[in-house]
Amino acid sequence: MSAHDVVITGIGLVSSLGEGTDAHWQKLTAAGAEPVVDSSRYAPYSIHPLPEIDWGLQIAKRGDQRQMETWQRLGTYTAGLALDDAGIKADEALCATMDMVVAAGGGERDETVDNAILAASESRNDRDVLLNEKLTTELRPTLFLAQLSNLLAGNISIVHKVTGSSRTFMGEEGAGVSAVETAAARIRSGQSTHMLVGGAFQTEHSDMLLGYELGGYLHRGPWKPVWQRDGSEGGGVVSGSGAAFLVLESREHAKARGRHIYAQLGPVISGRARRRKEDLAEVVSAMLEKTAPLDGPLLTMSGASGAHAATKAEKAAFEKNAALAARAFGTLTGHMKEAQFPFAVALAALAIDRKAGYPAFDATVEKPFEGIPHTVLATAVGYHYFEGMALVAAAD
Amino acid sequence: MAKYNDHLGRPIVAVTGIGVVTSLGVGKADNWAALTSGRSGIHPITRFPIDHLNTRIAGTVDFLPSSDKGASALTYELAETAGREAIAESGLDPDDFGGPLFLASPPVELDWRERFSLYNTGKDGSASDRLLTVARNLPTLDTFETSQFGSIAARLADEFGTRGLPITLSTACASGATAIQLGVEAIRRGECDRALSIGADGSVTAEALIRFSLLSALSTHNDIPEKASKPFSKDRDGFVIAEGSAALVLESLESALARGATVLGILQGCGEKADDFHRTRSKPDGSPAIGAVKAALSDAGLGENGISYVNAHGTSTPENDKMEHLSLSTVFGERMRTTPISSNKSMIGHTLSAAGAIEAAFSLLTMREGVIPPTINYDNPDPAIELDVVPNKKRDAEVATVLSNSFGFGGQNTCLVMAREPV
Repeated sequence: MSAHDVVITGIGLVSSLGEGTDAHWQKLTAAGAEPVVDSSRYAPYSIHPLPEIDWGLQIAKRGDQRQMETWQRLGTYTAGLALDDAGIKADEALCATMDMVVAAGGGERDETVDNAILAASESRNDRDVLLNEKLTTELRPTLFLAQLSNLLAGNISIVHKVTGSSRTFMGEEGAGVSAVETAAARIRSGQSTHMLVGGAFQTEHSDMLLGYELGGYLHRGPWKPVWQRDGSEGGGVVSGSGAAFLVLESREHAKARGRHIYAQLGPVISGRARRRKEDLAEVVSAMLEKTAPLDGPLLTMSGASGAHAATKAEKAAFEKNAALAARAFGTLTGHMKEAQFPFAVALAALAIDRKAGYPAFDATVEKPFEGIPHTVLATAVGYHYFEGMALVAAAD
Repeated sequence: MAKYNDHLGRPIVAVTGIGVVTSLGVGKADNWAALTSGRSGIHPITRFPIDHLNTRIAGTVDFLPSSDKGASALTYELAETAGREAIAESGLDPDDFGGPLFLASPPVELDWRERFSLYNTGKDGSASDRLLTVARNLPTLDTFETSQFGSIAARLADEFGTRGLPITLSTACASGATAIQLGVEAIRRGECDRALSIGADGSVTAEALIRFSLLSALSTHNDIPEKASKPFSKDRDGFVIAEGSAALVLESLESALARGATVLGILQGCGEKADDFHRTRSKPDGSPAIGAVKAALSDAGLGENGISYVNAHGTSTPENDKMEHLSLSTVFGERMRTTPISSNKSMIGHTLSAAGAIEAAFSLLTMREGVIPPTINYDNPDPAIELDVVPNKKRDAEVATVLSNSFGFGGQNTCLVMAREPV
C-alpha cells in the first residue's frame, strides 16, 4: 500500500439502463436482466437509446445546455454525476486543481443541413460551389463547437469548473484505455492528486452508425447477446448511448478528505495488435497474463463489442482460463465506443465495493461467479483496433 | 559527468530530431530560410471554389501528393513527412523507432466528396438509409479509415515502428504543444527513453473555413494575402487558417548522450491551465493563460528572469493578441517590454492542431541558429500592446531559453519552455 496508489472515489454512469451507480447495480444484478433495445428507429440496426434525462440536474444553466448537442450534454452530465459522487462538485478549490482526461470522438453534425445538401447534389454538377452556398447560409455557428472533440472537456470546465488541466484523447475504444492509463500514471508518479477521466458516446444520430457501417461493423436483424452474434447478418456491433466518468485520486488525497473508496486501480495495460499479422486471441491472452494473476476465480467485465473477429478472439482467450468468469455488459448497454473502457472499469469497481459479482448476462456462454470478488478485470478489445485491460482491486 | 536529472530529480528531456512542413516548404532548411527572410506562405485558395466565401486566403500545403486527397490523407502525409525528417536527424531506426507515439491531429470527419459519392451511389430511402446501405457494402476499408479518429496514428505506428497504443489527442489550437508535453511526461515518469511527438493538420476544407468564418475568427484581408496575418498590429482582424506539421524526437538526455546523438535542445518545462469562462473567449483577466505560463516556468525551474525570447501564440485575432500581451506583462512585468517576442503565424498562418509543435520546432531552431524570426506585417503597431515584436526583420541574438505559448478554443492553454542547454 502506498500513498500514491490510485483509488476510485467517484463514479458517474449513464446508459439505456438508467443513470447512476445504484440504478446500474440494481438492473445489472437482477435475475434475467433485459436490455432496453430500439430496433425500429434505425432499422435494420438495433440501438440502446438514452434514458430520459433531466439535464438541468447537472447542467444548471439553460444557456450552457443550448450551446451543446446531446453528446456533449451527456458527457458533461455524467461527469457531474461522478464529481457529485466523489464530493468534489462545487468545491471550488478541488475543481480548480483537478486534472482531466476525456476520451472523445466527435459531436453531432446538423443532419437537416447535410441532407439538404445531399438532396441538392442530385441535380448539381458544381457540388463544391453548392457546399459553399449552403454551408455559408445554413450552418449555425455554435454547432461547430458542439461538434468539436475537445469541447466536451471544454464544457466540463465551464459547467463544473474543472480547470487544473484538460486533455482530450481520440481514437475509439483506445482513447478510453489511454485516458485511464495516463490518468493513473499521473497519479502514481505524484504529478496529479485527483483526476476526472471518462468518455461519452451518443449513438442516436445516423452519422454515428455510419462511422461503424463504413467498415461493415454493425449487427443487423433481430437483437442478440454479444457472444451470440457470430454468423448473424452484419458485423456484430450493437451500438448504445452512454457515458462513464471516474474520479481517480491518490490514496493519500482520498484519505485526507475522508472519502469513501470504491476500489483501487491496479495495472492498466494498453496495446495495439497488428491484427492483420498477429493472432489477436494470442495477443489478448498475453495481455491477460500481464494484467491479472490467474490463480482463482476472476470476474471479468468485458467491453466486447460483438464485432465478429475481435469478440471471437476475446472469447477464445477467455476460454483458455477456466477461472475467468466474463460478463460482456455490452449485451445490456450496447457498445459505447470511447466510453466502453471507463464503463468496464466503473462496473468492476462497483462489484468490489458491493462485495458481489454480477449474474451471467448471457447464461448460455457466461459462467456463474460466486462469492466476494477481491479483484475484477476490465477489458476493451476494440472492434477494429486497440486493446486494453485494467485490474481493479479491493482498496485495502 | 553530465547532469541527467532536472531540478525535481526527473530525467532531463532532450530533442534529438526535428521535422517540419508548412506552406513555406518541406523540411527545416527551406522553412528556416523562408522564415528568417520574412517570407509569407499565405496565398489565395485554389483547393476549392471560393464562391460565397468571405475569406479567400489560407496557408494551405498545396505541394504534396495528398494535397488534393482530403483532410485525412493530407494530415497523414504531413505527419509522416515531418516524422521521417525528425527520426532521420536523430539517427534512430526509421522503421523501428522503439518508443511511444503522441499525435496531435484534427478531429476527423467524413469528407464531403465521400459523402456525395455514397449518397449518389445509393438509390432508395432517406439520405441516411442511402449512406448506410452503400457504406456497408463498400469493397474496401479506405473510406472507413478516414472516419476513425485513431487511424492516422495507427498507420504512423506501423510506418515508424513506434511502441504500444499510439495516443491521438486534441486540445484544439494547443494540440501540438500537448503532444510534446505527453512525450516529455512519459520520459520523465521513466516509461520510455524516447518518444515521438507529432502535430499535423491538413484539414483546410471549405467547411472548416466556413465554420471558423461563422465564428468571426478569420481575417478577411483577401487582397494582399501575404499581408493578412499581422499579429500585434492595430488593424489585425483575425487569423489565417493554415496547414503544416512538425515532429520532435524526444529522448532522455542520458540515453541521447549514451548513444552519441546530437542534442538539438532541451524540453525544460511544460505548463497548462484550463479556462472555464467561455467556449471561444478567454477569461478577461487572463488568469488561465497566466497560470499556464507560471506553471511552465515553475516546471522548468526558472524564474521570471529566465526567459530570453517568447515564441508567441500571436494569432492576429483582436482578442488573442491583447490577452497574450496582458498575460505576459502580468507574469514578466516591466521586463516584458524588452524581451523579444515574435509570431511565426505572421508568415505561416495558424496551423491549428499542428501549431504548438511547429512553433516548438522553430523555437528550437531559433536557439540553435542564434536568429530570431521576425513578426512580419508589423506596419501599424497596436499602441495598447507595447512589445518588442522583432518587427519585419530577423534579428541575430543569443537565445538561451524560449517560452512558446499555445492557447485554444475550449479553454485550452499550454506553454512550453525550451532551452539550448540544460539549465
